Amino acid sequence: MTARIQVQREARRGDLIEVRILIQHPMETGFRYDALGRRTPRNVIHRFECRYGGFEVFRAAMGAGIAANPYLRFFVRAKESGDIECRWVDQENVSGFASARVTVSG
Amino acid sequence: MARLTEHGMRRRSLAALVGLLALPRQTLAQPIMNPAPGIDARMINTPQGALQSILKGAEMRRGRVRLQLPPNADNGHSVGLTVSVDSPMSEADHVLRIDLVSEKNPVPHMATFFLGPHMGRAEIESRVRLNGTQRVTAVAQLSDGSFWFEAADIAVNESACLDGG
Repeated sequence: MTARIQVQREARRGDLIEVRILIQHPMETGFRYDALGRRTPRNVIHRFECRYGGFEVFRAAMGAGIAANPYLRFFVRAKESGDIECRWVDQENVSGFASARVTVSG
Repeated sequence: MARLTEHGMRRRSLAALVGLLALPRQTLAQPIMNPAPGIDARMINTPQGALQSILKGAEMRRGRVRLQLPPNADNGHSVGLTVSVDSPMSEADHVLRIDLVSEKNPVPHMATFFLGPHMGRAEIESRVRLNGTQRVTAVAQLSDGSFWFEAADIAVNESACLDGG
């Protein structure tokens, strides 16, 4: 699964860091039928989590109501230099990972 | 005496058969979370059921939550939405979770976001699928356990679930 994570590289302690992530995934609803009339099984990224400096800061449980190629934008408060790591898994147990390093000064 | 027992047996097997037929059919739409105790599992696929499974009997009040949604969308495949909560996001007072509930989607409970004091700001943007013109509700639970909500209406010209849903 390809994904793009956008995070500013530098921040001052206490600043808000904006995290934007776009994951390539069909988020198959389970309500679609193919040309042969077979139902395409539901397969969505149901769990997403973000760690900063190894500590879980944000988690999402998603359903079929989240659009294909899920996009999330959220904030993390800058504390210390470290990695912002995002992990996710879909219902076929395919997981993905994307991370960005932030240098915190002050 | 023997007759009575036989009769009882027959009655029991009849009851078992009726019980089997009454089993709820497996629904197509699987909820993203289990219903709260005491809530009928079939109800979770209604907006009321989804809200009940979030609130678990608690009251929710309007306010503190802001839900930004366009007033109309050409299609419901991908609608940008921002939800934010008026909260200092400190250790003592922060947002625990935000739930998004659709009024008309086959699975009304669209997502749950789990937040914490390390986020600094309770604001999340994402994109949702919407099955037609409807009201979208965002429910936030704060660290003191209270629930707050905001709802917004959106007109969707082309629904996201044209096949089957």
